[in-house]
Amino acid sequence: MKPVMEIKKLTVDFGGLRAVDHLDLDVKEREILALIGPNGAGKTTLFNCITGIYAPSEGSVFISPPGGGTGTINGLTPNIITRKGITRTFQNIRLFPNMTVLENVMIGRHCRTRARIAGAVFRGKATEREEKATVEHSYHILEKIGISQYVNEFAGNLPYGAQRLLEIARALATEPFLLLLDEPAAGMNPQETGVLDALISKIRDEENIAILLIEHDMRLVMSISDRIAVMDYGKKIAEGTPEEIRNNPVVIKAYLGEEFVA
Amino acid sequence: MEYFIQLFLGGLTRGSIYALIALGYTMVYGIIELINFAHGEIYTIGAFTALITASVLTLYGFNEISILILASLVAVIYSSAYGFTIEKIAYKPLRHAPRLSPLISAIGMSVFLQNYVLLAQTSDFLPFPGLVPEFQFMKKYEHIFSSTELMIFLTTSVVMIILTLVIKFTKIGKAMRATAQDRKMAMLVGVDVNRIVSITFIIGSALAAIGGVLIASHIGQINFYIGFIAGIKAFTAAVLGGIGSIPGAVLGGFILGWTESFATGYVSSDYEDVFAFALLVLILIFRPAGILGKSKAQKV
Amino acid sequence: MRKLSEIKKSFLASIWFMFLTFPIMVIRVNPIEKVVEWRWRNMVFVGVGSFILSFVWRYMIRQKESGLKKNRADDRHKTPFIQRVREERRLFIPLIAVLSVLGVSFPFIFSAYQVNIMTTALMYVVLGLGLNIVVGLAGLLDLGYVAFYAVGAYTYGLLNHHFGLGFWAVLPAGAFMGALFGILLGFPVLRLRGDYLAIVTLGFGEIIRLVLENWNDFSFGPSGIANIDRPSFFGAQLSLQNATVYIYFLMIAIALFTVFVVNRLQNSRIGRAWVALREDEIACEAMGIDKTKTKLSAFALGATWAGMMGVLFAAKTTFINPASFTFLESAIILSIVVLGGMGSITGVIIGAFVLILLPEYLRAFSEYRMLLFGAILVIMMVFRPQGIISNVRRTYKFAGINISGEQSK
Repeated sequence: MKPVMEIKKLTVDFGGLRAVDHLDLDVKEREILALIGPNGAGKTTLFNCITGIYAPSEGSVFISPPGGGTGTINGLTPNIITRKGITRTFQNIRLFPNMTVLENVMIGRHCRTRARIAGAVFRGKATEREEKATVEHSYHILEKIGISQYVNEFAGNLPYGAQRLLEIARALATEPFLLLLDEPAAGMNPQETGVLDALISKIRDEENIAILLIEHDMRLVMSISDRIAVMDYGKKIAEGTPEEIRNNPVVIKAYLGEEFVA
Repeated sequence: MEYFIQLFLGGLTRGSIYALIALGYTMVYGIIELINFAHGEIYTIGAFTALITASVLTLYGFNEISILILASLVAVIYSSAYGFTIEKIAYKPLRHAPRLSPLISAIGMSVFLQNYVLLAQTSDFLPFPGLVPEFQFMKKYEHIFSSTELMIFLTTSVVMIILTLVIKFTKIGKAMRATAQDRKMAMLVGVDVNRIVSITFIIGSALAAIGGVLIASHIGQINFYIGFIAGIKAFTAAVLGGIGSIPGAVLGGFILGWTESFATGYVSSDYEDVFAFALLVLILIFRPAGILGKSKAQKV
Repeated sequence: MRKLSEIKKSFLASIWFMFLTFPIMVIRVNPIEKVVEWRWRNMVFVGVGSFILSFVWRYMIRQKESGLKKNRADDRHKTPFIQRVREERRLFIPLIAVLSVLGVSFPFIFSAYQVNIMTTALMYVVLGLGLNIVVGLAGLLDLGYVAFYAVGAYTYGLLNHHFGLGFWAVLPAGAFMGALFGILLGFPVLRLRGDYLAIVTLGFGEIIRLVLENWNDFSFGPSGIANIDRPSFFGAQLSLQNATVYIYFLMIAIALFTVFVVNRLQNSRIGRAWVALREDEIACEAMGIDKTKTKLSAFALGATWAGMMGVLFAAKTTFINPASFTFLESAIILSIVVLGGMGSITGVIIGAFVLILLPEYLRAFSEYRMLLFGAILVIMMVFRPQGIISNVRRTYKFAGINISGEQSK
């Protein structure tokens, strides 16, 4: 399988602090790659760097989407990167709380639609058709994610778990080839995590989307990941299948400290 | 050359006043990240209170020096009281509201206070007595630097040194710095954040009052609108130096003072206020963090 | 016991405010005749007033806090009264009918003076709706909105004065100039954070006014431009009486047009992007929305309306000078939006009528107009930041996957 995104020697500095340190990472087509590591290892910073919120001080991110359009995405603004097909969810949920659930998803459709001000005012045939398609498509995604019962609720009023799912729905609406999930199971109960587990696999299988995921819930990580990469102090310290990672002494040391390494 | 020196000294005087008011903006911003729009009105109230006190005291036949001291004292007390009250009414209930809410509230407070002074006093300009006595030794330089101007510069310097010492070395100063760095963390280690915010407003307002009294006796007249313009200019100074930074506010004040002084002296006096606003717009566009400010990375 | 402590609190508040307002409210000096006037009565007013208001204040704070504790979801399900009226056709259609009859017959029943006031109120409706795009929908606090109003007014004033161009020719030009200035200003400043944006727009507004005041060769300085033509009626100049009525109907047409446009915009792809931008900029960008372009479109569109109203203002009053375009004017329009409800069309209309008509008809009020506006901004932010009518988002009905994107608001 060929990689859809190749990260080469990526480095992010904040003043004197090196948050990501010469990191290499590939994400392959239709793969679920989990990124784990202790708090402060630089995982979210890596996400912010891929999605254009931070600029890397060194290194590059190269993409080769299935639909064509290969190239580096360094220095592009977040909205362009999203349009190129990389979308994310946020660790601390960032929905649009005073918009309805459906509208939140419709925002995701923004970069795939084109109506302008004049279109909105005169509402011609094309705009009407596009608007209808947006509503349909968005509702469809809500159904697939399983939160269509909330369609007209304000996003801010949803239960916590549903808000996390809505973030995924919104991200899917942008038609990504690579989806970055930042701790999607945080704050979920075991039952909800089970649903999420099935959902992530389903997205990969049905939508042909590669998934890069930060997660602390080890049971979830072990059950759905094809591969796992481990970060510590900004560096990648290990990479491999769940089985390999589970038994890797370096990883155990990073997580639990020296004395636990048997 | 003499003209240049005159403009330079004039800029220094202006700059001192801007710096005094800018400190209030910067300190409040440093602690609760709010542009206290009503700060300019605090300065107006300081000037009016001083004028009223001085007039009453003159009627009762007090001598010059005691009028200067008493009027300034009353102005400082009242401005502080207003600053304290404004925070409790218009900002404290909005501590956790979206960012735009306290800002709109602050604008409302500013409009309210402006019209409160207008209605309770007058819309006309009031002549302000020259409270500062003429120093004998200044006679020679009177035409380029008046006694009042010297007084403004000296007072400002002393006040700023005291402020710096307070913030550096006292317990309250330490608590203020801690709150500015991280409000939640300061609260967790036992800093009474509400008290610190109140104290910040009180200190800032007191400085504005001193500025108000000094500039009013320098210019010789006041009206209800002086605070609005002075407020925006002082804010410009604060942003110029880097909002949240105390040395920045002082530096910004002087730069703005000189800019205005030289621009009106050499270019045109019609556009006095335009220079300040244009400077503000330019800084915010090209260096929003200011000269001494650090641009913070946004947390995601 | 609790009552006693409540009274004590109010008593202390009353003492505090009497102390606070003492020099400004009680003493007034007349520096020319060197007399001091003592107005002790004001102190009594302040004392009694703050004693009572302090009860009200604490009661409202308590209400608000208990409201926050209640499940927010419950609150949202309650449809507000105005909302219900709009949903019930039985109520909505007669209401519209009554309003139309009133609107049409108004100039034939009331005096020209009344018609003028109503026209002014309608102008503020449109200005409010225009600013609502910027502040209410896109969440950009624009404190220099009046600058674009001035640009429109001076566009007409100058073109009319120098070239004799008529109202209808300049109306689109005024709108265009508004938009142009909106883009020119917006382009550099829209990268700024919310509160800096507010200050820069305020500074910009003041710059425009000061330039108009001082650039005598261009704008005739503080004395302004007089004898601007009123709008012509198919080429014919109307008498003052008829022109008043004509402008009134013109204003009704523009107001309806504005409502139509804003309503369509707010539930369109662009409108949603504005609201999303207001809610969370970072998430918005991460969802592929071009922040700068979206902000700029809101800013320019708001300015367009201000420019258009400026032309109308010049045509209505036939005289303009810089004094009409102070920051206070921006503050009034902002109060309208904040009182009515940011983002809500009905709210802004109600807000404009309340704030413009109330001071006109309650003469005693008019002196305290700006005092009131300031207080409204503070009180609304503290107790009801969503305004009288909170913004309602469009809902969609689904039968299975069958879409009937019906608007039920």
